[in-house]
Amino acid sequence: MEKRLGDFEEVLMLIVGIVNEENAYAYRITVEFKTQTGRSLSIGAAHSTLDRLENKGFLKSQIREGTTDRGERSKRIYKLTALGKRVLRESMEFKTNLWRQYPEISSLLNIA
Amino acid sequence: MSHKDPILPRGVQRLLSIFLRDELLDEVTGDMHEMYKDTRRAHSRFVSNIIIWYQAFNYLRPFAIRKRSRQHINPFPMYRSYFVTALRNMIKNKMHAALNILGLSVGITVTIIITLWITDEISHEKNFENYERIGQVIQNVTNNGEVQTWTNIPWPLGEEIRKNYGTDFSRIALTTDIFWHPLQFDSIKFQKPGIFAEPDLARMLKLNMIYGNIDAVDDPNAILLSKSLATAFFGNTDPVGKQMLIEGNMNIHVGGVYEDIPPNSAFTEMQYVCSWESFYSGAGWVKTMEDPWRPNAFKLYVQLNDNATFEAASVRIKDAKMKRISPALQKKKPELFVHPMKEWYLKSEFVGGKQTGGRETYVWLFGIVGAFVLLMACINFMNLSTARSEKRAKEVGIRKAIGSLRSQLINQFLSESVITVFISLLVALLLAQVSIPFFNLISQKNMSMPWGNLTWWIIGVGFTFLIGLLAGSYPALYLSAMNMSKLGKAGRSSSLLRKVLVTVQFTVSVVLIIGTTVVYLQIQYAKNRPLGYNSDGLIFIWMSPEFHDHFEAIGNELKANGSIIEITEAAAPPTQTNSSSSQFEWSGKDPNLSVDFSVIRASADYGKTLGWKIAQGRDFDIQRKSDTATIILNQAAADFMGLKDAVGQTIRWAQQPFEVIGVVDNLVVTSPYEKAAPMVYFTDNNMQNVAILRLNPKKPTQESLTLIEPIYKKYNPERSFDYTFNDVAFAQKFGNEERVGTLASTLACLAIFISCLGIFGLSSFTAEQRTKEIGVRKVLGASVYDLWSMMSKDFVVLAIVSCIAAVPIAYFLLTDWLETFSYRMGVPMWTFAAAAGVTLLITLFTVSWHTLSAAGSNPVKSLRVE
Repeated sequence: MEKRLGDFEEVLMLIVGIVNEENAYAYRITVEFKTQTGRSLSIGAAHSTLDRLENKGFLKSQIREGTTDRGERSKRIYKLTALGKRVLRESMEFKTNLWRQYPEISSLLNIA
Repeated sequence: MSHKDPILPRGVQRLLSIFLRDELLDEVTGDMHEMYKDTRRAHSRFVSNIIIWYQAFNYLRPFAIRKRSRQHINPFPMYRSYFVTALRNMIKNKMHAALNILGLSVGITVTIIITLWITDEISHEKNFENYERIGQVIQNVTNNGEVQTWTNIPWPLGEEIRKNYGTDFSRIALTTDIFWHPLQFDSIKFQKPGIFAEPDLARMLKLNMIYGNIDAVDDPNAILLSKSLATAFFGNTDPVGKQMLIEGNMNIHVGGVYEDIPPNSAFTEMQYVCSWESFYSGAGWVKTMEDPWRPNAFKLYVQLNDNATFEAASVRIKDAKMKRISPALQKKKPELFVHPMKEWYLKSEFVGGKQTGGRETYVWLFGIVGAFVLLMACINFMNLSTARSEKRAKEVGIRKAIGSLRSQLINQFLSESVITVFISLLVALLLAQVSIPFFNLISQKNMSMPWGNLTWWIIGVGFTFLIGLLAGSYPALYLSAMNMSKLGKAGRSSSLLRKVLVTVQFTVSVVLIIGTTVVYLQIQYAKNRPLGYNSDGLIFIWMSPEFHDHFEAIGNELKANGSIIEITEAAAPPTQTNSSSSQFEWSGKDPNLSVDFSVIRASADYGKTLGWKIAQGRDFDIQRKSDTATIILNQAAADFMGLKDAVGQTIRWAQQPFEVIGVVDNLVVTSPYEKAAPMVYFTDNNMQNVAILRLNPKKPTQESLTLIEPIYKKYNPERSFDYTFNDVAFAQKFGNEERVGTLASTLACLAIFISCLGIFGLSSFTAEQRTKEIGVRKVLGASVYDLWSMMSKDFVVLAIVSCIAAVPIAYFLLTDWLETFSYRMGVPMWTFAAAAGVTLLITLFTVSWHTLSAAGSNPVKSLRVE
């Protein structure tokens, strides 16, 4: 199975990491995505990506009891797996490494 | 949750539940719900709805959609298992299976045969390509104060319609009736039925020519022969151009040979077609008629133009005859109309000038009764299945407990019932094949099983499958849906349903019993109607010219050898009339009244031979020469004319005066169901049609006949001695009703048989179910009678309810049926009581089979069960 991490997938994983644990389910993730990026995202699109990430082993999920505000329906809370975290870090390091090799900007940003 | 909380639109929920994978449904609905609530805070309901619908459709993604088939396994072993289980179940419960199969196969057999019969009935004339466009011009005429419908018309009408009303018709053909004429080729002679017709008839019917061309009909001296007649004359050679003789004096040549007209047609009898012209010039009387518009002796067929309709054409030709006839004939107020070919057979009855149906009624009647018989068989099947399956509730419970899916249980029950129905179908096919000859005998048809007809097979198998599904549906859906905890206690609601179904069955049976009894009684009633003459020992012989020439000699010789006591010559046998006339005038007759009296011409011994009863005046006297100018009226004629003292009055017939010398009690001549029609008797010693003989009552019939034959042969050496017993001829008038009666009673018996199978099965089931209860009751001191009445009571109550329901239905239907006869009895009330009694008896008898054996069994045994 494809084990690469796409750009959009990376953003979603980061958001899963950002929101607090209680809110790491599809709907809340779309809300957070909107506030962070200003772009809207349908629940279905988010859900399908989350599902894919879970299949790749980057996320794991578990079902939680629902609350009254969602009509007592259960929700699926996503969490980063160890693999997921490593892939995220690798992705960041890979990019930082690239930035470093770009002197004009690296000096400007002062990352070196 | 506050009550103002907006709720996710139901449509969205439903949409999601349709396509979403089961395990996702809950969480997604939750998310949607939450989102909808949030959106509603910021937006109107409308906008929110649009947003949420968009979101829902956005879930149409591969990962979320339910997989259609999760069953990747080969389903075949599963079905084999159903099949095996079903067979095992049948073998285990042999009686139950046998009852089911027996009942169903009888039901299906009845359906097959009735369907065959109906198909045959509605197939009449359908072989003709122009079936939809052909019609016959017939007329409503007013006679004796009532409107009658006559299918024959006067011959000049053909030309009249063609000239002045031809716009609606593409073809018009005037014809004679189909009648027996002698045909001759060399020394081969046959007397066969055929027709003289204008050329368009053959074209209208699109006769399929084997030899020659259909255009031969334009040749006035040509004859078209049917295949079978041509073969009889010429073998299998092409006979076109061969010279033949018809009517002993007309030379014609063969113009062609056509394929025999199939049975089920008004033209089936017709074996040849000759030209109208040869008839017109050959039969002198047509040309020399005083008023050709008077005798209604011909038929007129038309074919509509493509854009014409029967209704419009009927309106247009309505007065075509009225405009051309003499004032005397106008009194009849003839109204013409076109009777479409597709109605000739099934809708041929007219009362008071209005179409009232005809054989169509019987098609409906038997169709409905057949459907009921099948329904009853299905009801049995359902009842027995539900009764059994309650017993199988445990099995269902266990199957459910070990993880059987509902769909598997449904399949299990459905396949069992479908298998049972198919076994029944096989048995039914066999039964139908065996019983068809008997049915043909009753219905006077020539039907056979359509083994090679694919449509029949498809419909039959499809229908059988449907019955299996319907009959199996109740136990399948009901039992499989039940909660496991309830499975042990099944029974309440389904037993009510069973009761209703049994009641329906019995109601139908009781109606059928009453119906067949009344049909039988009505036929008997008409059979026992006083004939007005003595039919015993009366025979008639169709005369040859030789017979007529030596009539007196033959009569004297027969009387001398003691074989007969009376003999007379007449225009028609006592069971028929063959002429009628409107040209009667009497004093006090309303000048505008149109009459049509049957006319019977016979030698003066007619009354003496028949043994009629003179009510007033005297009989004809052979000694008085003046009796050629006298007539005798029947009572109906005297009453109709309003003559108090008819005897001695003068009545004019065709301007000639005749003295009434007697009035005779009404004789039943035509239909035994109709009221007597006015008749006038003339003496005429020149009638050549039929000789009526009264056998010597002191001699055995057979002996008399052997004495007659040599004398007959002496004067008719070329002819065989053919005679008809008058009571046989009379009995033929009941043929139709008797056929219907036999069919109806057969169906009634089958219906009762099926109902009995049903309660037989149900009572065995009850007895079995209550084995323990009966044992306990016996131990506590209940007698066999107590137990028997306890168990029979339920069924008897149902039977009584059915009888109560059946009485008004039967009364209504039968009163309606009896209305169609003028000579009828009232609906006898005792038939209702008798039918109810018989039903109760049959019920008790059937039920007792099981209840008695259950009640009589040793409680030690029944209590030891399990």
